[in-house]
Amino acid sequence: MTKKTTRRDLLRGGLAIAGAGAFATTAARAQGDPAITELQPWMQQLGEGVDARPYGMPSPHEAHVKRRSVEWLTADPVSSVNFTPLHDLDGIITPNGLCFERHHAGIAEVDPAQHRLMINGLVDYELVFTMEDLARFPRHNKVYFLECAANSGMEWRGAQLNGCQFTHGMIHNVMYTGVMLRDVLATAGVQTAGKWILPEGADASGMTRSIPMDKALDDCMIATHMNGERLRPEQGYPIRLVVPGWEGNMWVKWLRRIEVGDQPWHHREETSKYTDLLADGAARRFTWAMDAKSVITNPSPQAPLTHGAGPTVLTGVAWSGRGSIPRVDVTIDGGKNWHQARMDGPSFDKSMHRFYFDFDWDGKPMLLQSRAHDSTGYVQPTKNQLRQVRGENSIYHNNGIQTWAVDARGEAENVEIG
Amino acid sequence: ADTVVFDLGRPATAAEIAAWDIDIRPDGAGLPDGSGDVWTGEDLYIDNCAVCHGDFGEAIGRWPVLAGGQGSLTNDRPVKTIGSYWPYLSTVYDYVNRAMPFGNAQSLTDDEVYAVTAYLLYLNDLVDDDFVLDRETLSTFEMPNRDAFYMDDRADTEYAIFTGEPCMENCKDTVEITARAAVVDVTPEDEAARIARQAAATG
Repeated sequence: MTKKTTRRDLLRGGLAIAGAGAFATTAARAQGDPAITELQPWMQQLGEGVDARPYGMPSPHEAHVKRRSVEWLTADPVSSVNFTPLHDLDGIITPNGLCFERHHAGIAEVDPAQHRLMINGLVDYELVFTMEDLARFPRHNKVYFLECAANSGMEWRGAQLNGCQFTHGMIHNVMYTGVMLRDVLATAGVQTAGKWILPEGADASGMTRSIPMDKALDDCMIATHMNGERLRPEQGYPIRLVVPGWEGNMWVKWLRRIEVGDQPWHHREETSKYTDLLADGAARRFTWAMDAKSVITNPSPQAPLTHGAGPTVLTGVAWSGRGSIPRVDVTIDGGKNWHQARMDGPSFDKSMHRFYFDFDWDGKPMLLQSRAHDSTGYVQPTKNQLRQVRGENSIYHNNGIQTWAVDARGEAENVEIG
Repeated sequence: ADTVVFDLGRPATAAEIAAWDIDIRPDGAGLPDGSGDVWTGEDLYIDNCAVCHGDFGEAIGRWPVLAGGQGSLTNDRPVKTIGSYWPYLSTVYDYVNRAMPFGNAQSLTDDEVYAVTAYLLYLNDLVDDDFVLDRETLSTFEMPNRDAFYMDDRADTEYAIFTGEPCMENCKDTVEITARAAVVDVTPEDEAARIARQAAATG
C-alpha cells in the first residue's frame, strides 16, 4: 500500500485488508459485517443497573491489562517489584490499580486512625500529627512520575526481558494531592543546623533515606491522594513522601517519621543499595535524580503491529527528573534517520510526556528507537554511551535508548544494535 | 520563602520519640548502651539468620550474601557484601535492628544486635573471635571499602557528553542486531496474550 491509497480505493475492494478478522473474506463482505447485520446482546438486553458496580472495574475484555512480575528477579515476592503495563496504556496518567509496586516488607495495611507522623531532631518543636491534622495544611495538586532507580537495570548487560512492561515498567505517573513538606517542617521549626531529613516508613522494613534540606523545602510533598482518591495501600496509604524527579526508593511509603539532622545517615538503602558501582570499583552515592528517558510503548514486544502495512501510530512516553520533555526523536531504521515525534497532551515538570509518530509503514522490518531531550538540553544517551562511562555493574539509573526490532509480520523484539 | 507557620500537631513526648527514633549514624549517634561478642552473635545468627543468609553468610538461593567477595568489585561479576562493599558498620547495626530478621523485625534486643553485628564482622574476616562490639568499638570501626564512595558526579562527568544537537539524517551506513532478548528467553509469558497476538498477526 502506498500513501496514494485513498478511502475510495479501499471501497472499490481492490485491496486485501490485513488483520480485518472475520470480515476479511470476500463472501463475508458481500453479506455484510455480522457486527452490524446481526443483533448483538447488548443491543437488545438490559444491562446492569447503577447499583451493580459501586467501585467500577475495567471491561473483562481488558483483563490482560495488569501488573506482572518476574519471579526470578528476587528471592521472595514480599521484598520485590512488579511492573506497570505501559504497552496497554495511553496518555500520561497511570491508573491507580496498575501502578507498579515495590515493597521491602510487603504491603503494610495501615489503619489511618492508628497512624501518626512524627517530626523530631533538629527542630524547635518535636511534633506528632494525626492524619486529620495533615488534612488541615494547604493542599496542592501535582503530576509527577515515580521511577524505580532499578528500572531497566536488568538490561545493562544486553537485551534480556522481552517487553516494555518488563524493561521500563517500574514507573508510574499520577496526580498527587497532598501538603507541602516545607509547610509541615515550618510548623516544627527547622533549626539552622538542620541540613538533612530522614523520612521513615511504618512498614516492617522501616524504610529510611537521607534527603538534603534544600530538596525537602523545595518541592517535596506529603501525599494523601493519587488520581483523586486516597493512596492505594500498596502505594503507602495513608501517606507517602513525594520527591519529584528523584529515584523512587526515596518516596517513602506509609510515612511515619521525619527526623531533621545535620548530616546524612548512610543507611542501608543509600550504601548497600542505591549506590552505583562503576568499572573501577568505586561507587557513586546519592545519585538521586532520574535522567531523561523514553520508550516506545507501541509497537513493542507485547504490543505488535497487527494491521499490516499502511497508516501506523507509533507512540511512547518520555520523562526527565530534571525538568520537562520538549522533544522526542524517533527512528524506524535503527538510527540512520531520525524524525521529531509529535508531543501531545499536558507537559508538566518531572512528569511523563506522551509522544506519537504517525507514519505510513511499508511492511518491511524496522528498528525502532526513541530519544528524549529534556528542558536542560540533556539528550538521552545510548546504552553503549552509558556503559563507556559506567561499565555494566551499576545496576541503577539505566536511561539508555531502547531498540525494538519489528519484523515483517509486525512482531517486535527487544534487541541491541551496533 | 513565604511559608506560613500553621498551628497544627502536638508536642511529641520523650517516650514517643524514644520508641520510634532508632536510627544510627556512622559517627555512632543513636547507638544504645550495651554490647555483644562474636560467639553470642554466632548462636543468634544460627537461630535467626542462617536459614536465609547461610551458615557463613554465603546466602541461600537469592537471599542477600553477607560475607566474602573482598577484592571483587572490579570483577565481571562483583560480590557486594558487608565486608567487600558496605562503607559503614553503623549501617549494619541500624538495618539489622530496624528490619531483620525478615518477617520478625525489631525482635532483637540491643545487646543481641551488637552481638550479631560482631559476628557479621567475624564472618567477613574483619575481627578475631574474641571481639566485643559496643558503642565505642562500633563508632570507631573502619570498614575496608569506606573510601570507595563519592558524591554523584553526573553533572561533571556525563552532562557535557549527553548534550548538543544530535545527528538527524544519514547518521550511519549500516545497522546490525548485536543482542536479542528472545535468545535469552527469560521473560514471563502470558500464553493467552501470545496466542491472541499470533492469531491477530497471521490474520
